[in-house]
Amino acid sequence: MNTMNRLVPSVDSEKLPPPETPWQEFLRVYKKDRLAVVSSIVLAILVVVGISGKVFTEWVVVFDAEVVRLPDKFLPPLSMPSVDIIPAPDLPQLGVYVFGTDELGRDVFARMLQGSFVSLSIGFVAVGISVVVGILLGGLAGFFGNIQLLKIMTVDTLIMRFTDVMLCIPTFFLILTVVALLPPSIYNIMIVIGLFGWMGTCRFVRAEILALRQQDFVVAAEALGLPKTRIIFRHLVPNALAPVLVSTTIGVATAILTESGLSFLGFGVQPPYATWGNILTDGKGFIFDAPWLFVIPGMAIFVVVLAFNLVGEGLREALNPKLRRR
Amino acid sequence: MLAYIGRNIALRVVLLFIVSVLIHGLIHLAPGEPSAVDPSNPRMKPQDIAKIRAAFHLDDPLYLQYVYWVRDLARGELKSFKDNQPVLGKIWRRFLNSLPLFICSTLIVWTLAFPVGIQAAIRRGAVFDRSSTLVAYALISFPGFFLSYIMILGVVEVFHVPVIGLRTFGMEGATGVFQFMDRVWHLVLPSLLGALGGIAILSRYVRSQMLEVVSQDYVRTAKAKGLHQDVVIYRHALRNALLPFITMFGLLIPGLVGGSVIFETIFAWPGLGLLGYEAILSRDFPVILTLNVFGAMLTLIGTLISDVLYGMADPRIRLE
Repeated sequence: MNTMNRLVPSVDSEKLPPPETPWQEFLRVYKKDRLAVVSSIVLAILVVVGISGKVFTEWVVVFDAEVVRLPDKFLPPLSMPSVDIIPAPDLPQLGVYVFGTDELGRDVFARMLQGSFVSLSIGFVAVGISVVVGILLGGLAGFFGNIQLLKIMTVDTLIMRFTDVMLCIPTFFLILTVVALLPPSIYNIMIVIGLFGWMGTCRFVRAEILALRQQDFVVAAEALGLPKTRIIFRHLVPNALAPVLVSTTIGVATAILTESGLSFLGFGVQPPYATWGNILTDGKGFIFDAPWLFVIPGMAIFVVVLAFNLVGEGLREALNPKLRRR
Repeated sequence: MLAYIGRNIALRVVLLFIVSVLIHGLIHLAPGEPSAVDPSNPRMKPQDIAKIRAAFHLDDPLYLQYVYWVRDLARGELKSFKDNQPVLGKIWRRFLNSLPLFICSTLIVWTLAFPVGIQAAIRRGAVFDRSSTLVAYALISFPGFFLSYIMILGVVEVFHVPVIGLRTFGMEGATGVFQFMDRVWHLVLPSLLGALGGIAILSRYVRSQMLEVVSQDYVRTAKAKGLHQDVVIYRHALRNALLPFITMFGLLIPGLVGGSVIFETIFAWPGLGLLGYEAILSRDFPVILTLNVFGAMLTLIGTLISDVLYGMADPRIRLE
């Protein structure tokens, strides 16, 4: 202690600002990336839109996505409904078709609103599944990796070889195969996309935990005799989460795109559920007559996926200590 | 060295075996069946279905079906459920169609991604860096088929050239130059669209690798010696930044089967992806299974090559 004081005598510790917490440091770096900030605002709006989509199209039906109005089919965006033909309760709530109508005269705005919830929930649930599986397997491989199984191989070998097996399967093709063979259901799609996407997370978590276990604070925790569950959940997992967060954000984007790809090939979410993917797929048949049916969902998917990707990129920069200091 | 390669091949054979068992189990346990493709066809009588099931060994236990599949595949006698054609021949023909597409996309990816990534890393934080980041993410954020449709419309409207399919029907009698240009036009859009995702991902990867290398001591030394910027970047830094791309090489290969399904469907390009899609539609199990295993095999070969190349290129890695 004495040597310390002699070495740095002139620093008046009272005048220094308090040291930044990791959270403050993260915010400071993240805020510099304007694209990421704008994208996070877009995502916040999107979550609100998604939830209100669920609320206003299914629980309290304000915007009915399923009303068929044959006299009003293929109306371009912002056109007025034919008030004198269509019965009053079927008129669009806003008095105008904001995004136009489709081939059955359904309000595209209401359908997009309904689809926003379904598309988002596919993204989040699929990624949720893959993250849980990835953290579990990666954590097992990282923490209990050197336990022998039947004297043939270690837990680590087993899990990582299984990850290798999954990695060398052409993913999209296998997802397509399984989704096509299973009965069409939105839950199957979520589960299948999730179960074929955990490999990256698993590898990240394992690598992080292996690195963290060597560090002093974990050794100290073990020396203190803390129970293993506490070491894992209190000390290891929170520190290993940073790369997982990045891959989660980008994973949601990928899952939304995968869903639209499946829809395009005819194996996506089936009607009556509207998702952005199947609105877009239906719209491709009318690309000359009613381009808004194609452009609106396409651009919506584009904006949302881009926002997820940019937020992921911002997080990566802000969470990477190597890139942070420069 | 030879022992290393031998051990790796053995490991990969074991992996391939596990993959094949896994895929076989997955596809046969899923509820859809080849006999259930056309349940409303009145000419399909129960005894016909029973006959089909017996012919394809669908009533045997799962492990026997696996044995039959591997045996037929090894003898080259495996027949498609749909048209009774040998599966290997089908896959080989489609593979030859997919190959030019794959080579073109890969060339486009590598020629564009490297310069963009390197420049972005050198000018970190500048306008070029930020705009290339935005463009890269924009490219992978479009649903593939949305962009394809728009680009097809654009190309057909502006250049008045047909782009769907392998070649224009009826061009067989044309002179060499016309046939060649026709093939090139048909190749441009699908390979470009297939390359977009790769360009975005690889250029980001090049950028982060370059950033890592540029901050190392030996690069600073090279700069301090007064070497020209280009020499520092391209001779000293790039060599080390390039090492991980040998690994990327192995990871690109599965795109040959899986990544091309959507684009080959849109462009009616008779390659592996379209073959897989048709096989899925008709529940053609032998083709689906063999394609999946073929894809896994390509990946394993790719990673083997890249492991060996890595060992040769980087003296710090010791192959024992």
